Parts: sequence; structure tokens; C-alpha cells
Amino acid sequence: MSIEQQKKEDPGLINKILHKTPTGITGLDEITGGGLPSGRPTLICGAAGSGKTLFSMEFIVRGALEFNEPGVFMAFEEKSEELTVNVASLGFDLDKLQKDKLVKLDHVHIERSEIEETGEYDLDGLFIRLGYAIDSIGAKRVVLDTIENLFSGLSNQLILRAELRRLFQWLKEKGVTAIITGEKGEGALTRQGLEEYVSDCVILLDHRVCNQISTRLLRIVKYRGSVHGTNEYPFLIDEEGISVLPVTALKLENNVSAERISSGIPSLDKMLEGKGFYRGSSILVSGTAGTGKTSIAAYFAHATCLRKERCVYFAFEESPPQIIRNMQSIGINLQEHIDDGLLQFHASRPTLNGLEMHLVSIHKVVNKFRPRTIILDPITNLITVGSVSEVKAMLIRLIDFLQTQQITVMFTALTLNNIVNEQTDEGVSSLVDAWLRVRDIEFNGERNRGMYVMKSRGMKHSNQVREFVISDEGLNLVSVYLGPEGVLTGSAREAQQLQEETGLILRTHAVSRKDLEIERKRKVLEAKIASLHEEFESLQDELNKSYVEEELKKEIIEKNREKLTKIRHHENNTATDNSSSE
Amino acid sequence: MHNDEHFHESNENGKNETFQYVLSLFVTGASPNSVRAIINLKQLCETHIKGKYSLEIIDVYQQGLTAEEEQIIALPLLIKRLPLPERRLIGDMSDTAKVLRGLGITY
Repeated sequence: MSIEQQKKEDPGLINKILHKTPTGITGLDEITGGGLPSGRPTLICGAAGSGKTLFSMEFIVRGALEFNEPGVFMAFEEKSEELTVNVASLGFDLDKLQKDKLVKLDHVHIERSEIEETGEYDLDGLFIRLGYAIDSIGAKRVVLDTIENLFSGLSNQLILRAELRRLFQWLKEKGVTAIITGEKGEGALTRQGLEEYVSDCVILLDHRVCNQISTRLLRIVKYRGSVHGTNEYPFLIDEEGISVLPVTALKLENNVSAERISSGIPSLDKMLEGKGFYRGSSILVSGTAGTGKTSIAAYFAHATCLRKERCVYFAFEESPPQIIRNMQSIGINLQEHIDDGLLQFHASRPTLNGLEMHLVSIHKVVNKFRPRTIILDPITNLITVGSVSEVKAMLIRLIDFLQTQQITVMFTALTLNNIVNEQTDEGVSSLVDAWLRVRDIEFNGERNRGMYVMKSRGMKHSNQVREFVISDEGLNLVSVYLGPEGVLTGSAREAQQLQEETGLILRTHAVSRKDLEIERKRKVLEAKIASLHEEFESLQDELNKSYVEEELKKEIIEKNREKLTKIRHHENNTATDNSSSE
Repeated sequence: MHNDEHFHESNENGKNETFQYVLSLFVTGASPNSVRAIINLKQLCETHIKGKYSLEIIDVYQQGLTAEEEQIIALPLLIKRLPLPERRLIGDMSDTAKVLRGLGITY
């Protein structure tokens, strides 16, 4: 029998796979593939202020509220009342949870100066206390925060270590999922080497400050019997507790949509096969200062809301009222979309958070509001918090996340004309699906905006430079004039258009004049033809007349001769003489 | 096992409030440490403060809630309630000098 078969035929194997207890902490269960190991202790270590207590408290509270698993929180540092106040800001009502017998808080007070050690002892008191607490509410989860405080309260290290080993073993036997927190030590995960005893799962919390901006990071150092993400994952503590951000899906196998959505600018859609962008794609709008990037973004948001879809606008430069006011001047009213609950603004200075934090907060907003479109305006400002490569890494993750949710994203980026290596738009352009560039065309003493589609994956897009016109009526793209003098925009284009119109009128005028002349010539000729005709007729008449006269003459002569003949016959001689003499 | 009555019997001298020393010893059943602590403490008290003390022996196993109320971690634990200040001694009470110091007994 092969091993494969053996595996298949062993019904116990499924049961042998490590069970996991979901923490309920956003993102953590994804990283750990389901949560912390059930019925085993997990060590959470980190420096002071890295969020250990909050982390473990959230584990207890979420367990009680979401998974119906009551929990015991044994605090060695903070008093129960202090804890209650501290986590009330997260919306956790510990008093109520305690009353409902879902949570049990126990503060362990231990003070070396009050205790005299007089010989052999053990920690049975702690065991009994914990056991009593667990049994009183039927707890499935236990937190010991921070058990290392025992080391400062009691001096006999040998006893303590032996007892701790016994404690963790005892917790396993109790079948509770436990979190033990520990302060980070020099060169070791914890000061007292707790990792020696808790070897199933170790999570390290870190709090790093770089460029005066702090980032909280979480890393799973080990997780026996389970696959887990090994990266450092940024996490955020806010009014809703902890959210951890799974960095990236490792595979590129996102679903794609063939659905097209309008950019909100009909003439721009026309450049994109007349249909607009793909849903779920990422669009970059880059350009120099004042080229109307925000306007394009606002139009896109407007179009999204008109389709009755939700949109989130992350502004890193302007405040929402400022954007709303400015956009009113080009004919779109964003306020009404906000009132309808379709549009949300999230404005923050880039320096408020580290990049990771921005990403986490975007995640949170997206998961909560479920928009179909989001706008980041502008991503260039994020450079102030991180380097280009960091921004790029963040955007990769963001795009990745949004694609899985089929959310269309539009970034705007400021291009600086000269500094090449500082350009975010170049950096991220390979990530995006469509790239629109707006640039200044300076000509003839004025500045005009030209726009073109640098790339647009999966569609036949226009290769034309269009003039991008912002007016009271909104945005429009106008075909630029391409003439012998090059590309003409703005007033030069209009002048050219006028010139062309004049030319047209002149030409029509000239044509009509020629027509008249032809007509006149024709008439002249016709007149000439008529007169010739008359002449011909008169000539003919003349000829006819002489012909008739000749006839008459002939007739008369004939008659005369006959008469003469008659006369001669009558008077022969005279007649003959007369005739001979003539 | 050990309870209040048991220890009051062993204490022949007068009423509770007149005792100079009021002691509570917390133990866990009949564990070696507990047994040693009881024997050591009794012997010490009989030797140094005979008739001036009341001793209450409490089995924490029997009273789970006590552990939390009295902030008990390490056992055996002796709490000297009177005379003030309150003092806490842990261990099997084998270090007589320390116990005496902890109880504030000069010898």
C-alpha cells in the first residue's frame, strides 16, 4: 500500500490537522490561514507601546462577541478599571461583557517589596485563580498580559521557570486558546525567553519610525503546523481596533471584466473606442501643474455617481470643500452626490501616516463603503512619505486589492518637467491599465492643454493629441489643428478656424462671380448669334428679292418679246426691221 | 482539611481581638510545601509568640474566589494582618529568620 493510499484511508487525518481559532482581527485571520492554533498558547511579543495589550484584548472581546467564546483576561500590568477605560475608546464595553459572563478580567497585583520569600513555593495560587476564572464563565480563550511581570515580583528564577513551563502545559490540557504577551528583549524575542516555553505560534509586533512617520508592523515568527505569511504586515490601530493588511495576493489571477464604464467626458470616451474604460481597471492621469487632472478625476467621480454607483475620493492635496467649490465652476455639483450617499471624500495630508497606514486606511474605507470606483488625487504627494519604489510597491498592492474587488481606480500624478527620476507617473505607468497624459502646449504666447492616451490595455485607442478645453460648461476635448505650422491650439486654432471660414466665404464669392461672368458671356454670345441670324435672314431676303425681280424681269421680257413678235407678225416688215435694228 | 475551627481549638488564649498577631496562611491541600509551611509556622509561633496569635489556615483549592480576592499567586502564602503594616510571606516558612523578620518579631 502506498503512502498516498494510507493517507486517504486514514480517517483520523482530517481530525489531526491543526484547528484554528479565529481572532476576529481584520486581516490577521487571512495571514494565519484561519487564526491562532486552537487549544495552544501563542506568544505575542513586542516593545513597549507596540499594541500587545490591545491585540490580546481584541482577541478576547471579538471572541466573546463574534465567536461566542468567553475569555479570561489576566492583567499583570494594568488594573481592571484602567483596562476598561483604555479599551472603551475602541467601543469595547468590558463592564457589560463581564456582567454577561462573556469576559472575565483579573488584575494580578504583585509587588516585590510587599513579599518576603521564606523558602520553597509554587504558583499554585495563579493556577487556582486562573482555573477558577476559566470555569466560572466557561472560557475558551485566555490572555496573560504580561506574565513576565512575575519575574520582577518574585526572585526565585528556577521556581518561576519551572512553574511557567507547568502553566503552559496546564493551559494546553485545559484546551484553551491562550495569548501570552512578552516585552521584547535584547537579542531575544522576550526578556525572559518565554519563546522557550511557548513554541507553537509566535507573533512579533513592531513599531518603527522612519522619517518621523511611524508604522506598526506585525510578523509571524513561527507557526508550528501551519503555513502562514512570513512578511512584515503593516497594521493600524484606530477607533475600530486593529486592522492588519495582507500585503499582496501572491498570484496574478484576478478576474477581469469586459464591462466598460464612461469616463464622464464623452469626447474622451470617443478616444477609447467610444466606450470608456474597463471596469476594474486602473487609470493614471498624469500631467504638469494646472493641467486639469483633478477636473478629470472629478468628472469620473461624477459619472460614477450618475450611474448610481458609489465612489470614494481620497484627496491628498485639497480639502473636500475646496474640491467641491472648484468643480462647481466647471459645472459639476459633487455636493449632491455626497448628500445622496454615493460619494465620500477622505482627505488627509500624506504625512499623516506612513504609506502602509494610508494603504490600510484605504482598505478599511473600501471594505466599509464598498465603492465601485475610487480616486487617489494625487499619488505624487505620497512621495513625501516614501521613496518612488515604496510608493510603487504600495500601489501594486492597492491595485491588486482593488482588482480582486472589481473596483476601478483612477490615480492622478503630477509630472515635473525636468526631474526625471522623481517622476511617479513613469514609475507606476507599467502597473496601470490606462494612462492619460495632459500636457501644456506653449505656443504663440499662450498655454493650452493637450491630452493624449499614452496607453490603454485591451482596446484600440486614439493616437491623436486632443486639445483639452475646460470651460464653464465642463470639460471637452477638441481636435487640434494640424497644419503646415505644426499643432495649433487655443486661440491659434480658433484663428485658423476663422481664417478657414473666411476663405470659404471668399471662395464661394469668387465662384459666384465667375458664374455670373459666364452667364454674361453666354448672353452676349447668344445676342451675337441672334443678330447674325437676323443678318442672315435679311441677306436671304435680299437674295430672294433679286431672284423674284429677275423672275419678274424675265417674265416681263418674255411678255415684251411676245408682244413684239405679235406686232411683227402683224406688220411684218416694220416688225422685222425693228427687231433687226434692236 | 484545615479550617478555622481546627486552628481556633489549638489556640487556647482568650478572644480574637486581643491577639497581638493575626495571621492567615493560605495553602493548597496537602502538598509537600503546604504541609511543611504549616508545621514550620506553628512551631515558630509556639516558640516565639505563644498565646499572642491567632492563625487561620485556608485551603485555596476549597475556595477558588479567595485566590483573586486576596491577590494570591505564589503559595503557600502567609498574610500578617495585624500588627500593621500588613505583610506577605511566601514559601514553606523554612527560613525562620526571614519569617520572624517578616512578622516583626524580635528575638
